Amino acid sequence: MAKRASPEVNAGSMADIAFLLLIFFLVTTTIETDSGINRKLPPMEESDVDVVIKQKNIFTVLLNGKDQLLVEDELMELKDLRQAAKEFLDNGGDRTCDYCSGKKDLASSDNPDKAIISLKNERETSYKTYIAVQNELVAAYNELRDARAQSLYGKSFKEMEANYNDVNWPGNKEKLKEQIDQIKLDYPQKLSEVQ
Amino acid sequence: MSKFKKKKDGGVPAVNTAALPDIVFMLLFFFMVATVMRQNTLMIENNLPFADQVEKLDKKDLVMYIYAGKPSTNYKQYGTEAKIQLNDKFADVKEIAAFIAAERASKREELIPFLTTALKVDKGANMGLISDIKQELRKVNALKINYTTKKGSVFGRD
Repeated sequence: MAKRASPEVNAGSMADIAFLLLIFFLVTTTIETDSGINRKLPPMEESDVDVVIKQKNIFTVLLNGKDQLLVEDELMELKDLRQAAKEFLDNGGDRTCDYCSGKKDLASSDNPDKAIISLKNERETSYKTYIAVQNELVAAYNELRDARAQSLYGKSFKEMEANYNDVNWPGNKEKLKEQIDQIKLDYPQKLSEVQ
Repeated sequence: MSKFKKKKDGGVPAVNTAALPDIVFMLLFFFMVATVMRQNTLMIENNLPFADQVEKLDKKDLVMYIYAGKPSTNYKQYGTEAKIQLNDKFADVKEIAAFIAAERASKREELIPFLTTALKVDKGANMGLISDIKQELRKVNALKINYTTKKGSVFGRD
């Protein structure tokens, strides 16, 4: 007698079961890739002590109910906001900032440490416009930090932060952290959301 | 004499489907690994605005979500004004403090200083509601917030 061939296992049901599981996971799950603009809210002030800040060190950005942008009391388009903010932050009016490349206008900010951007909005402002303005102001800080990191360390600030968060990066993390903190100290992000 | 058959027996052989379960299982495993269970069923419109200076949000267990937007088509009876959704039900502004307290109680104690509140707000909402939300967060000292957005240019898109 020749050896009898064993019957083939019916795999038709296995595909059905796998399809059911697949569709279950497709319907009940979502690919979560949340990202956004991080912000720190100011704490509730117990004291009413007012900090005296010279007006020239404050870059006022106001959004009205029609989503119009008022920068230092002048109407401005959104696409010009980033450059205006960079010029304000990089002004170096009191000449203590040796890395600033601005005009050193005495009517504008003294140095990046004293420069503050104040963002106000009305209740009717749309959220989309508010986020766009926040985005442009953060971009101004990020571009200045990138330029500073490029001149100091030959890499962009974004690249340095990505390396720091990369677990496979082979370099010295402590030294990199010091470098990142130095860049943040040169251009501190002082963005005030006024209520 | 009749060594050669005159007719073919049977029809076309069955299509071999042995590879089909393999492919479907590969898809299944990908979706099991790459996705997370939906946290909340949204009752509001939630078209997030665009921004390009974004940072990735931390791990899921360090984030508390506050949704805001006008009610979606299935919930039109709740009006046309933007509303806040906490977990899976509509909420008032004054309920945010209780929501934050409940979320903190549900986390491990050492994680509480690192919690971030993610504001997932529809781009059409007004800033008045968001200002109220931020004021409530300040009262309960939940100061780390994230304006959750889609990644992309802020110009020229609607």
